[in-house]
Amino acid sequence: MATNDTLAKGFRPTYSLRLERRLTTPKWLPVATSVGAVVVALIVGALLIYLGGGHPLAAYQHILEAAFGSVGVFNDTLVKATPLILVGLACALAFRMRLWNIGAEGQFFMGAWGASAVVLLPLLPATTPKPLMLLAMALAGFLCGALWGFIPGYLKAKLNVNEVVTTLMMNYIATSWVLFWVFGAWSEGGFQMSRMFPRTAWMPRLLDYAKSIPAFGGLTLHGGILLGLIAATIVWFIVSRSKWGYEIRLIGDNPRAAHYAGINIVRNTVLVMMLSGGLAGLAGMSEISGVVHRLQGAISPGYGFTGIIVAWLAKLNPFAVVLVSVLFGGLILAGREIQPSGIPRMLQGIILFCVIASDVLLRYRVRLVRS
Amino acid sequence: MLLGAMFGFKVAVGTGNPWLGLLVAMLAGGMLSLLHAVVTINFQADQVVSGLATNFVGIGLSLVLGEGLSKAGTTALLPNWTVPGLSAIPILGPILFTNQSILVYFGYLLTPAVAFYINRTRPGMHLRAVGEYPSAADALGINVYRLRYLYVFIGGLLAGLAGATISLAISPGWFSELTTAGQGWIAIGIVIFAQWNPWRALAGAYMFGALRRLILDLQGPTMLLWFENPFRAQSPGFFLQMLPYALTIIILVIGSRSAMKKRVGAPAALGLPYVRGERGR
Amino acid sequence: MPQIVNAVEMRGIVKRFPGVLANDHVDFDLCQGEVHALLGENGAGKSTLMNVLAGLYKPEEGAISVEGKRVSFNSPRDAIAAGLGMVHQHFMLVPSQTVTENIILGLEAPRFVLNMAELDKKILALQEQYGLRVDPKAKIWQLSVGEQQRVEILKMLYRGARVLILDEPTAVLTPQEIKEFIATLKGMVASGHSIVFISHKLDEVLAIANRVTVLRHGRATASGVSTAGTTKRKLAELMVGRDVIFFLEKPPATPGPVVLDLQDLKAENDRGLQALKGVSLQVRAGEILGIAGVAGNGQSELAQVITGMRKALSGHVRVNGEDVVNRSPRVAINRQVAHVPEDRNGVGSAPSLSLAENLIMKSYRKAPVGSRLALNRSVIRKQAEELKTAFDIAAPNIDVQARLLSGGNLQKAILAREMSAEPKIIVAVQPTRGLDVGAIEAVQRVLLDERARGTAILLFSEELEEVMALSDRIAVIYEGQIMGEVKPEETTLEQIGLMMAGQRLENIRGETDGHE
Repeated sequence: MATNDTLAKGFRPTYSLRLERRLTTPKWLPVATSVGAVVVALIVGALLIYLGGGHPLAAYQHILEAAFGSVGVFNDTLVKATPLILVGLACALAFRMRLWNIGAEGQFFMGAWGASAVVLLPLLPATTPKPLMLLAMALAGFLCGALWGFIPGYLKAKLNVNEVVTTLMMNYIATSWVLFWVFGAWSEGGFQMSRMFPRTAWMPRLLDYAKSIPAFGGLTLHGGILLGLIAATIVWFIVSRSKWGYEIRLIGDNPRAAHYAGINIVRNTVLVMMLSGGLAGLAGMSEISGVVHRLQGAISPGYGFTGIIVAWLAKLNPFAVVLVSVLFGGLILAGREIQPSGIPRMLQGIILFCVIASDVLLRYRVRLVRS
Repeated sequence: MLLGAMFGFKVAVGTGNPWLGLLVAMLAGGMLSLLHAVVTINFQADQVVSGLATNFVGIGLSLVLGEGLSKAGTTALLPNWTVPGLSAIPILGPILFTNQSILVYFGYLLTPAVAFYINRTRPGMHLRAVGEYPSAADALGINVYRLRYLYVFIGGLLAGLAGATISLAISPGWFSELTTAGQGWIAIGIVIFAQWNPWRALAGAYMFGALRRLILDLQGPTMLLWFENPFRAQSPGFFLQMLPYALTIIILVIGSRSAMKKRVGAPAALGLPYVRGERGR
Repeated sequence: MPQIVNAVEMRGIVKRFPGVLANDHVDFDLCQGEVHALLGENGAGKSTLMNVLAGLYKPEEGAISVEGKRVSFNSPRDAIAAGLGMVHQHFMLVPSQTVTENIILGLEAPRFVLNMAELDKKILALQEQYGLRVDPKAKIWQLSVGEQQRVEILKMLYRGARVLILDEPTAVLTPQEIKEFIATLKGMVASGHSIVFISHKLDEVLAIANRVTVLRHGRATASGVSTAGTTKRKLAELMVGRDVIFFLEKPPATPGPVVLDLQDLKAENDRGLQALKGVSLQVRAGEILGIAGVAGNGQSELAQVITGMRKALSGHVRVNGEDVVNRSPRVAINRQVAHVPEDRNGVGSAPSLSLAENLIMKSYRKAPVGSRLALNRSVIRKQAEELKTAFDIAAPNIDVQARLLSGGNLQKAILAREMSAEPKIIVAVQPTRGLDVGAIEAVQRVLLDERARGTAILLFSEELEEVMALSDRIAVIYEGQIMGEVKPEETTLEQIGLMMAGQRLENIRGETDGHE
């Protein structure tokens, strides 16, 4: 494509890159491009850190150690990965249908709020048995997240309102809503956080079993990860094996063909947005019930946005979402100690760029041609 | 936009020259948009995802480079200016032409200029054609790729300028992500509401400006009519802060409804990559 | 020594696409002041060759000269500058812009500010010169297809094109409009223009062209043969590579009861203009009702209303007596109404899903393909393999993405899917458009087999010959109304052409009766 006439005047043959459409895509290629994209992103990131006056190798080594260096930090990585799995699944499901749910962050906050409402309003007394309490919190979290998915989903389906902007706006509204409660009715003694939840509202953690299994001592990994794994299996079944998943994939690939096949696009759009929002809401519930144990303004370092990148990097495959989440959990964990604090965010952006740019390799063969 | 805000302020603080800040802000916005351009135009990536990635990088980069900038205090800002003559017009004069930032006037001039450019000039016509039906433009020898690069870049310049407008004039300073507070996204809402018409976009933008002012005013007084002002308290104030975002959703609904009825709106090729001679897409 | 300088000379052109050799060392030349037809089947490489000439594609090998000078085009701009103008089959017009804007698009002048009033006047003057009339202020989407074609030609003339390349220009015209169009072409030739005329219709080529070049599978099987010394049969053989059967064998119809009954249907198109203005038709079991008409006269909308894909403003669609108007596509599917859509890629298939997944689009809800929640994967695979064999779909395997199938094979896959539901009614819209002869025959055979099975078939086609050959009755649609209904053996192309142009059957009959 890029033929350069001034170069062509010389005697040396000129080379140019040409894209040719692929007729088939080998199975290993998507994996290879994802890995390749991460590697390229790390290199670009290193360059930027270097230009910013930092030591890239030291920074990366630090990330590695801080995330995967010991059982203790790996535990912390998995704790960070837990909400990412659920949010990543939420995004992967919506993206399958080409619904750009950018609102996972807000749905996460609403889920956290809904779960808190069970404890703080209170809907259930503090003496409620733990299983019932957790079930109620999970349900409330799921429903509030689903509501936050329903609104943009309904507007998109019925009125063709761009969901990218609405879901984003809903993010801001959700954070303001949570802050309203945290600063107001639920404020503990004027501080910007609610009171601590009663123990019955705490997700079981590994360290709770340290008495019988001493190796679990100090490990904060909580039941949320199980939620995530179960959700991944369910989402996988829905998308790859079920009739509904077929409808979702058909709508995502060609909505006009889906209409032609007699599929109700309006209903599916709303349902998928609700399920997507519900999963992100569940992430919020899992985070406050398993980790924070109270509602406060700062419960997410941008999980909702990282989930988008996780979903994309996992090529929307639910099980790959789990793996990528662990990777990004480590990145977030390590990122807390890295200065300046914007580096992980920037790195995430660069990774996303590399991933989508590398997608071209799935569709095209790149050839060097002599002209 | 955020990157523009950060660079604008940083350079202004560093050099003491706000104009230089403005220029660098625009360039930074433009450069970042080129990244988006490469990925979407050459690699035919999805424009929504690429836009998101652009945002992440922009936010991350401005946080990294803006580290410590929030403590930098104030700097020389862009001058305010009163238009001689025009400011004497009753009612309108004091509102529109008195002691406004120089950038406000730039905004006044830009809208008609852009509207004229798009609808009444040759390059504007090409711009519309490339947006509506790129293969038609290509068949007539218009360089679709070059134009798309150019306008993505110009869009980036303007967004950078918008960022600098905030950090150097409207609410000076650098407050990390809160500097822009999602106004770039609101702008997308306004464009959809305005159905890609610069004049309607102008109206939408001023409406949001008025709303922001109203929110600030509502949080001020102790008494509101006969009631104690509930918005003075910190907690209910968050309801006011939701307003611009809720309004964005509302105007989107209005805009989308009328677009459906009148069947006008987005350029036909919005969001679609262009590949010459692509078969069987 | 005086020598005729060729307007265009192409030598040894080679153009490859991934998996296809579209042009294989093709020679082509065009004399000053002649009409040279480029004949070939769909997919033979005609458009590719001319896109190379128009600068849209760069050939891998070969040389081009224009008026004796070697040229190498990097973009359409270069070709236009050399005096070559191409009118594409799919018009390259910006729908939201005016006629004038479209004509001056891409030109150097005016440099910046557009004075529309003055430009409109210039365009009008040009129209006067060539007798191609169309309102310069009108937006393209408001124009009929024939008018849009005029804009395309004006666009090229305004650029000073001396060579016009017309890609299947008559496909969108009625027989009468074609006559007018031929006259316009003759006028242009007389004023010194040279014309390349791409077509796959033999009669037209013989009527219009001085010489003809025939392409088959990317190769020239005849180069610059004079039309005076050849016959339709000979050209057909050069084009297809074997003797062509011009008529399919069609056993007499045995029509049953009315299965599909349309009453006074009214509907809008996507732009909100009324596209159907009261259509009433009946189709019986075991017969083919052909709908003839120029594209864009409400055919697509009618098919969509019948299959539940578009809302009707009023009227009834009765399937075996049950009114299903404004229900949903799903209701139509459940009533065994098969739909072979006009847009194979955009509507009829999901490009990134596999062939097997495309084959279950209509059957996945019910056993044996679907169970309560899940899909039965082994059944899907087995059925797909069976259909692939039965309908002779050429694909490496059933997991191949639908977008990688050729047009003919994709159409076979769609037919396989629709026919496997054992339909009572088939709505087929342009089922053979863009296919090669082999695929066309396969599609037509499927339709005739279904007719023999007792299915009611509504066939929409712009190919008059196809409508005449396949239908038991023919209805002609014009601007959303049925102009009349005739039997193929009792009518003439002339008569159908007049109806396609908007004359009612009673009026035509009245006129001819008056003469007799």
